[in-house]
Amino acid sequence: MPRPGFVLDVDRSTPPILFHHGESFRLEKLPAGRSRVLYPGEPLQALRDPDGAIRHALDHPLGDSEPLRALLRPGMRLTICFDDISLPLPPMRAPDVRQRIIEAVLDLAAEAGVDDVHLIAALALHRRMTEAELRHAVGDRVYDAFAPDGLLYNHDAEDPGNLAFLGTTPDGEEVEINKRAAESDLIVYVNINMVAMDGGHKSTATGLASYRSLRHHHNVQTMRRSTSFMDRHSSELHSSNWRMGKVVRDAGVKIFQIETTLNNDTFGTSGPMSVLQKREWEWSPRDRATFVAMKAGLDRMPLKARRKIFQSWRAPYGLTSVQAGEVEAVHEVTTGNVFRQQLVELEGQTDILTMGLPYICPYNVNSVMNPILVMCLGLGYFFNMYRGRPPVREGGVVIMSHPTTWEFHPVHHPSYIDFFEQVLSETTDPVEIEARFEKSFAEDEWYRHLYRTSYAYHGVHPFYMWYWGCHGLAYTGKVIIVGGDKAAVRRLGFSAASTLPDALEMAQDVVGRDATITHLHNPPLVMADVK
Amino acid sequence: MVTRRLPRLPFPLSAPTVPEGLETPAGRPRSGADYDTAWARRYPARLARAALVEAVGRPVVAALADPRREGLDRLDPLRRDGEPVIFAANHHSHLDTPVLLTSIPEPWRHTLFAGAAADYFFRTPVTSALAALAINAVPIERTKVSRRSADRLAELIDAGWSLLIFPEGGRSPDGWGQPFRGGAAYLAVRCGVPVVPVHIEGTGRILRKGRTLPRPASTRVTFGSPLRPAPDHDARRFGVVVEQAVAALADEAATDWWQARRRAHAGATPTLTGPDAPGWRRAWALGDPSRRRRRQRRRWPEL
Repeated sequence: MPRPGFVLDVDRSTPPILFHHGESFRLEKLPAGRSRVLYPGEPLQALRDPDGAIRHALDHPLGDSEPLRALLRPGMRLTICFDDISLPLPPMRAPDVRQRIIEAVLDLAAEAGVDDVHLIAALALHRRMTEAELRHAVGDRVYDAFAPDGLLYNHDAEDPGNLAFLGTTPDGEEVEINKRAAESDLIVYVNINMVAMDGGHKSTATGLASYRSLRHHHNVQTMRRSTSFMDRHSSELHSSNWRMGKVVRDAGVKIFQIETTLNNDTFGTSGPMSVLQKREWEWSPRDRATFVAMKAGLDRMPLKARRKIFQSWRAPYGLTSVQAGEVEAVHEVTTGNVFRQQLVELEGQTDILTMGLPYICPYNVNSVMNPILVMCLGLGYFFNMYRGRPPVREGGVVIMSHPTTWEFHPVHHPSYIDFFEQVLSETTDPVEIEARFEKSFAEDEWYRHLYRTSYAYHGVHPFYMWYWGCHGLAYTGKVIIVGGDKAAVRRLGFSAASTLPDALEMAQDVVGRDATITHLHNPPLVMADVK
Repeated sequence: MVTRRLPRLPFPLSAPTVPEGLETPAGRPRSGADYDTAWARRYPARLARAALVEAVGRPVVAALADPRREGLDRLDPLRRDGEPVIFAANHHSHLDTPVLLTSIPEPWRHTLFAGAAADYFFRTPVTSALAALAINAVPIERTKVSRRSADRLAELIDAGWSLLIFPEGGRSPDGWGQPFRGGAAYLAVRCGVPVVPVHIEGTGRILRKGRTLPRPASTRVTFGSPLRPAPDHDARRFGVVVEQAVAALADEAATDWWQARRRAHAGATPTLTGPDAPGWRRAWALGDPSRRRRRQRRRWPEL
C-alpha cells in the first residue's frame, strides 16, 4: 500500500533535504521550527493489465458518447491526435502509453474497415518532434505503417492551407484549428495527463490551434487571472479553452477524448536514481553511498555529459487510469485521478517558498534548460502546483535552486536567444513585453520558417513562457535563485545567491526575520491543497 | 587394391558378443526419441549453454543474420508474471534456433527448451548430446503421433520451462511455409499457458534447407501478442488461431502493422504456405529472394 504525501515540520533532528539543482542536486538544512516540507505520495499501484484497461475504456465511454467501436465505419475520415514531446516528463520507458492506446484504437479502426486515417502530433507552437521522438511516442509499428505515406506528422500552426476557422466565442476569441482534424468525421485525442492542467478542451483547442487562436488565452491578462493552472475552476486559461471547446463542438467536430494518468514512479524503485524518490531519513547506507558517488561523479563531469545522462533517463511510470468518451465527463474523472496521486493538504501559507528545480521542463526535452525556461518552470509550473491559495503568502519570497546557465539550444530555441538579449535587457515587465515586442516575434518570417521546417519553437514561444510565470511574478515580493549564474539571473530580474542560508538572509529584507518556509519536495510531483 | 580388416580386439578389450537366442536388458537409450535429456537442464549444463549462446551463438548470429527484433514490448504483460510460454515460430533454416535463442528476452531465454525432431537431431549419441547441450533440445517424434513426446513436453512446461517449437515440423523445402501441426496448440490447451507467435524472416536466404555454407543477410524477428486458448477452443481450433497469428506477423513484416491488421480483420491475410500452385509459380510468387544483395565484383573476361 503506497503511503500518501504528507507535510513534515522540520525540527533539529531533520536531516538535510534534497533539492534538485538542474543536472545535479543539493542537500540543504532547513531552519528548524519554522520550516515545513511537502512530500509527494508514493507511486500509486499501476494497473496490472494496461491494455485490458484501455480496451475497456474504449468500449465503456463516459458521458454522452457511444463506444469507439460504434463510432467507426468504412469510408469515414479518422484523425488520431496525440500529446507531443512535452509529456510526460521525463519521457516514459517504452512502450509509451500513447503507443498502447493508438494501437488499440487502430485495431478497432482496422476491424471496422476504416481506410482514411491520419495521425497528428498536437504540438501547437512547440517544436516539431523528430523521427526518433515520434517513434518513441507511437511505437515503431505505427510509425512504419503511417509515416512513410505522410499520414503521421506534426501539426503545423503556420500552414494557412491546413487551418480551419471554426468561429468565435461570445468573448470574441477566434477558434482556428488543424483543418484535417476539423474536417474529420471523428477526432480521437490521446492525452497523457501528467498534471491537472492537461487535457479537457485544452487538448484540441490548444494542441491543434494556430497563433491566431492561441493568443486569446496565452496572454498576460489571462495568465494573471489563472490562479492556478492546476485548478480548472480558478483558471482563466481553462475557461477560455472551454469556451473554445464549445465552439469546436458546435461546429460539428466530433471528439472522442482519451485521457490517462500516471503514477509518481519517476525514478524507479531500484538503480541509482531511486534514491531521489525516497524520504531522506529512510535512505539506507546503500542509498547514501549511491547518492554520494552520483553527486561526486556529476560534479566532476562536463555539463554536456551530465545533460546527456539526465536526458536519456526514461521514467518507469505506471498507468493508473484510462478513461475515454465525451471531453468534459472524461476530464472530470481524470482530474480526480491526478489529484489522488499528487494532492497533499497544507495548512495555511508561509513567507517563503523554496523549490529545487530539476533538469527538465516541458520545453527542453532532449534540449537545454535556458534561463527563460528556468523562470517558467519555477514561477509558471512549480509555483502553480496548488489548489486554493499558493503555499506562500502574497508579497512573500520564492527561492529556487538551479544553475541557470546562460546557455540556449540554437536549433530548438532561436527566438529565446533574441528574447533574452533584446527584450529582457530592456524590461522584464510582462505587460510591456507583450505590448512592445510580441507581434514582431510572432510574425517574424525567419522564426516562422524555422518552426515549420526545422525543430524550433515558434517565435512567440518565449513570450508565452514569460507570461506563464507572470502570475507568480506579480504575486511574490522577491525571487532568488540559489547557485544561479549571476549575470543570467540578473537579466531575469531576480537575485542570485550562492547558498540557501544566503538566500534566506536576503529574503529577510522582504519578509523579515524568522520567516516561515515551505519547501516543495518536487519531483516526483506533489500539489499543495492549501486550506 | 587389397584391403585388410584390422583384427578385432579380444574380449574384454572389446564388447562381448551376445549368444544367439538371448536378449540383453534394455539400457539407457543413448539416442533417439527416448533419449533422456534431464542432464541438460542441470546447472552445469545450463551454465555451459548460457556461455555457448552468449559467447558463440550471439556473435555468429550477429555476423550472419544481424536480426532486427520487433514486437518485444508485446511480451511485457507476460514478463511481469514470468509464467512459462510456448514460442511458436515459422521455420526456414537451422539458423532459426540460434536466432531465436538470442532474441527471446529474459525471463525465458535461459529457461527455454526446444522441441527437436527425434529422427534428425537424436540420430546418434553425439548429435543427441550436442543438441541437448547446445539448445536444450527435447526429442519429438514427428513421424508418428506419440503420447510419450507430448507427456514429456507437458511435464517440462508444468515444471516452469518455456518451449520453443516450430509447428511446421521441419524446415521449409521451397521458401514457403508448411501447414502447422497441432503440437503447440495442444500443449497450450493442456498446460494452460500462452502461445507467443513468432515470425522469422530472412534466415532462408542465409542457410536454406539443402545448403551447407551460410551466406550473410539481414533478418527480422517479429514477436506477436500472446495468445491464450478461448474456453471453446480445442487444440485444432487453437492451432488455426496460432497459424493465422504467425501469418499476420509475416504480413506485418512484408507490409506494415496497419495493413496487416486491416487484412487480418478482413480475413484476407496471405497464408504462410503460399499459392496453391505447382512448380515455378510458387517460386515466382516468392519474389526476390535476396533483399540485401551483395554487390557483384566486376569481372573482365579472360582473353
